[in-house]
Amino acid sequence: MAERSFAKEVQSLRLGAGEEFHGEGILAVTKALLQSGVAYVGGYQGAPISHLMDVLADAEPILRELGVHFEASASEATAAAMLSASINYPLRGAVTWKSTVGTNVASDALSNLASAGVNGGALIILGEDYGEGASIMQERTHAFAMKSQMWLLDPRPQLPAIVQMVEQGFELSEASHTPVMLMLRIRACHVYGRFRTKTNRRPAFSAADALAAPSRDYSRIILPPSTYAQEKEKIEQRLPAALRFIAERALNELLDGQTDDIGIVLQGGLHNNTLRALELLGCADAFGTSKVPLYVLNVTYPLLAEEWLRFCAGKRAVLVVEEGQPEFIEQAANQILRQRDLACRIVGKQFLPMCGEYTVDALRSGIDAFLKAHAPQLAVAAAPVTRSGVSAESAAKLAALVPPRPSGLCTGCPERPFFAALKILQKQTGPLHISADIGCHSFATLPPFNMGNSIMGYGLGAAGASAFGTDGGRRAVSIMGDGGFWHNGLTSGIGNAVFNKHDDLTVIIDNGYSAATGGQDIPSSRAASDHRQGNNSIVEAVKGVGVKWVRRTHTYDMKQTLAVLREALTTGVRGPKVIVVDGECQLNRQRRVRPLMRKAIDGGARVVRERFGVDPDTCTGDHSCIRLSGCPSLTIKENPDPLRRDPIAHVDNSCVGCGVCGEVAHAAVLCPSFYRAELIYNPSRWDRLLGWMRARIIGALQRRAERQRLRYVL
Amino acid sequence: MSAAPRPIKLTIAALGGQGGGVLADWLVGIAEAEGYIAQSTSIPGVAQRTGATIYYLEFFPRAAAEAAGREPVLALMPVPGDVDCVLAAELAEAARAIQRGLVTRERTTLISSTHRSYVIAEKSALADGTTDSAKLLELLRHHAKHLILFDMQQTAERNHSVISSVLLGALCGSGLLPFRTRTFEAAIERSGIAVKANLAAFTDACARAQHGDSGFTAERVDPLSRDIPTQARTPALQPLLDRVRHFPACAQPVILEGTRRALDFQDPAYAQLYLQRLERIARLEPQPDGAPGAHGSEAGSAALLEATARSLALWMSFEDTIRVADLKTRASRIARVREEIRATPGQLFGITEFMKPRVAELAGTLPAALGRWVLRSPRVSRWLAGRAGGREVRTRTVGGFTLLYVIAGLRRWRRSTLRYREENARIEGWLARIEQLAPRHYALAIELARAQRIVKGYGETHERGWSRFMTLLAQLDLLALRSDGAAVLGRLQEAALADEEGTALAREIAQLQ
Repeated sequence: MAERSFAKEVQSLRLGAGEEFHGEGILAVTKALLQSGVAYVGGYQGAPISHLMDVLADAEPILRELGVHFEASASEATAAAMLSASINYPLRGAVTWKSTVGTNVASDALSNLASAGVNGGALIILGEDYGEGASIMQERTHAFAMKSQMWLLDPRPQLPAIVQMVEQGFELSEASHTPVMLMLRIRACHVYGRFRTKTNRRPAFSAADALAAPSRDYSRIILPPSTYAQEKEKIEQRLPAALRFIAERALNELLDGQTDDIGIVLQGGLHNNTLRALELLGCADAFGTSKVPLYVLNVTYPLLAEEWLRFCAGKRAVLVVEEGQPEFIEQAANQILRQRDLACRIVGKQFLPMCGEYTVDALRSGIDAFLKAHAPQLAVAAAPVTRSGVSAESAAKLAALVPPRPSGLCTGCPERPFFAALKILQKQTGPLHISADIGCHSFATLPPFNMGNSIMGYGLGAAGASAFGTDGGRRAVSIMGDGGFWHNGLTSGIGNAVFNKHDDLTVIIDNGYSAATGGQDIPSSRAASDHRQGNNSIVEAVKGVGVKWVRRTHTYDMKQTLAVLREALTTGVRGPKVIVVDGECQLNRQRRVRPLMRKAIDGGARVVRERFGVDPDTCTGDHSCIRLSGCPSLTIKENPDPLRRDPIAHVDNSCVGCGVCGEVAHAAVLCPSFYRAELIYNPSRWDRLLGWMRARIIGALQRRAERQRLRYVL
Repeated sequence: MSAAPRPIKLTIAALGGQGGGVLADWLVGIAEAEGYIAQSTSIPGVAQRTGATIYYLEFFPRAAAEAAGREPVLALMPVPGDVDCVLAAELAEAARAIQRGLVTRERTTLISSTHRSYVIAEKSALADGTTDSAKLLELLRHHAKHLILFDMQQTAERNHSVISSVLLGALCGSGLLPFRTRTFEAAIERSGIAVKANLAAFTDACARAQHGDSGFTAERVDPLSRDIPTQARTPALQPLLDRVRHFPACAQPVILEGTRRALDFQDPAYAQLYLQRLERIARLEPQPDGAPGAHGSEAGSAALLEATARSLALWMSFEDTIRVADLKTRASRIARVREEIRATPGQLFGITEFMKPRVAELAGTLPAALGRWVLRSPRVSRWLAGRAGGREVRTRTVGGFTLLYVIAGLRRWRRSTLRYREENARIEGWLARIEQLAPRHYALAIELARAQRIVKGYGETHERGWSRFMTLLAQLDLLALRSDGAAVLGRLQEAALADEEGTALAREIAQLQ
C-alpha cells in the first residue's frame, strides 16, 4: 500500500459534468483518462508520476464500475507492450512512467507499437524528470518521438489545458493511428489547480469484446514485408493525418502582440514561466497578454510548417524557447524557413542556456538579451522588478556558511544497519568495488556511507558488476533493491551471473516495497492489497534461476549480517552468491504500527515503546557512531560539560527505537553511551510490584552512593 | 501597464518529511476561502528524502481576474527578487533561500525558525563541524525586508504539535496576508488531524510573531561559573579550596571545575595531585612583574595554565569502566533519562545499556600486574573476550544495577589498576614535555596543552586518538625549531580531527619534512 493514502483524491475521480475538480496536475490527468473512456491503464511508479499509479491503486471500486482494467505493470516495458491491445481493437489505453529512464526501458515495445500503428487511442503519460527535484540523468524525451514517429504533446502547465490535451491526445492518436506521448514536467505534475469536469465514460469497446471476436491483420505484424509498408504508412498517411488534425483543432496557439517584427516560439510546458519572465521585463500583463507575438507549441512534434511560415512571415527575428539539448525544434524551424527562403532569423540557444532547467530567472535573462539585440524599443520599458541577486560578498559568505543538505535514509530505515555493517566490514577487508542500483539504497553513495562505484540503472546493480565476474581477485559486490530485482534484476543480473558463472556477491535489499517512489507494492510485498498477488519469495526466485549459494539475514542483526557478508566474500564455493537482506521500510511500518500502538495504549493494553538515547556525561563528542549511522534522529547538541567544547551525540524525540544505535555500538565496539529506554504503558500488577521492589533496593544503593559523594563537595 | 494586479508570491523552504506539503495545502485552502485564485507547486521525489525541498505558492485576487474577464497566468517557481514571503522551517534553509536570491531587502518578509537541524557533514565531524549560527543570523537580518525569527521547533514541541502549524501561525501573525485569522484556524480544523494541538501551536506562534525578530544571537555563553567560593561546603576540603585560590585569578574558574572533576572522579588526594601538577605549570608562567620573558607573552595572563588545567582535568578523569559504571548508576542520570524520553511522572521504564568492553578495557580495570599478564597471554584474553563480550545490562533491574554498582565501587582500588597507571604515566610524560618547552617556546607549549583534545572516545576510537597524539608529540622537536611552530601544531590538531582515516594529518606532516 502506498506511503500516502489517496482516499480523498479518489473521491474527486467520481465528479460529474460541470463540477469542479481541484487538485494536482497528475491527478487531473487521471480524471481526464476516465473522461476519455479509457479501457485499460498501466505503468510503473517513479517521481513525478507516482501519484497517478497510487490514486488508481486506491480507486478499485470506480474502475470496476467503469470496466477499466488497471495494472501496476512489472516494468515500463510491460506497460508499453500492454498498448498492443490498441493495435487491433478500438480500445483506448494509457500508460505512464517517468522519463527518460522509463522511456528507455519501454522503447523496444514503443518502436514496435509505433510501427504497427494503433486503432484505438494510445496515450503515453510521461513525467519529464528534468531540472530541480529530478533524480535521473538529464535527457530529453523529444528524440524518442522523432525516431519512432510518435507525436509529442507538451501542454501549458494549467489543469484545463492538460485535461484538454489528454482528451485531444486520444483523438489525435486515433485520427493518425499513431501512439501519442504527453509530457509533463515535475512542477506541472504537482501543480495545484482547478478544472471543470465531465462525466466519466465507460469504454464503448471492452477487452471482453476483443476476446470474443479477435481480429488479426498481418499488416500490423512487425515482420517483413509489413514493416516496409508500415514505414511508408507512417510518412505518407499517418503524419499528414496528424498535421491536418493538429491544424484543424488549433492545438498550437498563435497569439498576436503589439509589435510584429519579432516573435517568440515556446514549448507549451514553459508557457507560464515565459509569460512571467516577459511580465518582469514589462512586456506582458498578469493575464498572459504579451507585447511580443507568441507561438505556443502545445504539440512539440511534429512541427507544422504552415504555422511556422505564417508566424515568421514579416518578422526579422524569432526566439525559440526550447528547454534542454540538443535543440531539435530550433534546428527543424531553421530548415523549414531555409527551404522557403524566408528571411526571418531563428535564434534560441544563442540567447538561452544550451542545457539546464529554464527557470523564470534564466528565461528573463535570455529574453532580455534577445529583445536588446532585436527589439531595443521593447527592452527599454521600465521593468517592474529589477533582477537583484545576492551581492558577491554575501554570496561568498553564504557559500562558506550554508551546509549542503543531501538526501538520505529516513529515521529508523532498515537499510541503515546493513550499510553500517558493510562499512565496518570494509575496515577489515579493505575497500570493495560496489556496483550500486536505483532505490533508497542509492543513498549509500552519499555520506556517511559513501559506498557505490557506479549506478547503471534500475535493477542493473548486479549486471553492472559483470565485467568483474570471474577474474578471481577480491570479489565485487553488487547491491539491488527488491523493486529493481522484480523489475529486471532477476534476469539481467542474477540470471546473467548464473549463466556466465560469475564468482561475485549480489545483495538484494528486501524492504517490502518500491520504497523510494512512495512505497508501492511489488511481487514480494507482504502487505499487498487483495487485488495483487504479493508474498512471492525472492529467495525462491533466485534459486529457481540457478543460484546455489543463497542466504537470508535480517538487517537489524548486524552480527549475523557481518558474518554472512564475510562468508560470502571468503568462501571457497565458486559461482554467484546472493544474500537477501530483510527489513520492512520504516515509513510504511510506522504508518501501520503507530495507530495500532496508540489504539492499544488508549485501550488499556500493556504496551512497551522503545526509544534510544545518549548519556551526555559519557559521550566524549567523537561522533564515530554518527559516521556509521547518519539517522536523522541521531544528531548533536551543545556539550553540557563546562570543560569540553565539542558537541555531543544526542537522540531526539523522532527516534522510532529501531535498534540501529545499539547494534552499531556493539558491532563497531564504539562506546557505552547509548541506552535503550523501554517505556511501559498500562503496567501490569507484576510490573508495578517489580517496579516498587526495584525502587526500594536500587534507591537505597543510590542514596548510599550519594551520601559518599556528598562527603567531598568543594 | 499601470499598477496592474500582481499575485502574492510565497515560498516554503523546508526539509523533506517535515510537513511542508501539509502547510502548502492549508495555505491554498485559506487563500481560496478569502477569495483568491491559488496555485501551489512542489518537487516531491526521492531527492527530497530528509534533504532540502521547496514549495511555491501564488495567490491572485479573484475579483481582479473577474474584472479582466481572464484567468491569471501564475509562475511555477520562485523568481529571485520577486518573492513576497519566505517561510523557512530551519535556520540553514532560510540562509539557503537567501543564497538562491529569494530573499531581498526591497520586497521579502522572511519568517524563519532559529533552530538548527544539523546536516550529515556537521554531525559526522570528529570535533565541532557545525556552521556558525550567529553568522547565519547576521545574513538573515541583512537580507530581509521584514524578519520574524523565533525557535519554532521549541514552540511546536511545547504544544505537542508540528512545525507547520507554527509556521502558519507566524505567517498569520505577520499581518502580511490580507486574510482573517478565523480562516487560518478553519483550515486547521478542516484538516481534522491533531486539531487541538495544532491550534494551540498556531495561536502561540501568532502571538510570538508580533515581536518580529526575537533577537536570538546564538552566542555561546561560557558555561564555566566565574564565582569562586571562599568557604568549602565540606570543611575538610578548605585547604583544597585555599590552594585553588592561590592560582592567578583568571585561571581559577577552570581550575576549580577541574578540582571538582577530580574529586568526583576519585577522592581529595586525587584532587591534591591535580593541583600539585598545576602548580608545576603555574611556575612556568611569565613573572607578574611585567618582565616579558623570551616567549613575549603579556604579563599576568595564564594561557598555558588555563589550557593545561582544562586538558589535565579531562585526562585525569579518563573514562574507564569504573567511571562509566559510576555515571550510569547515579540517581541524577535516571532522572535525566526520564525527562529526555518524556516519561510521565511515575511511569515505569527500563534502561538497557550496550556495554561491550574489549579485553584491553577489562584488563585495564584489573590490578596492573594482573592486567599486563592477561594482555600478554592470548589464551586468557580469548577466554575473557568470550565471557564479557557484548553485554546488554538492564540498569533498572536489581541484577543489572548491582553489577554496575559493584564495578563503580572498584573506585577504591582504582590507583592499582593498569589503566590508572598507564594514563598517569602518560600524563606525567606530557607535563614533562610542557615544562621542557615552556621557557623558550611558550606558545608551542600552549598548543601542546590543548592537543589533548584529540584523544577521546573508547576502545578503537581512543587508540586512534592516542596514536594521532603520539604522532604530534614526535613532531615537537622539529616544531620547536620553527618560529611558527605553535601555529603549525594548531594546524596539525585540526588535521588530526579532519577525518577518521588520518589522510589529512599524513598530508600535513609530509609537507613539514
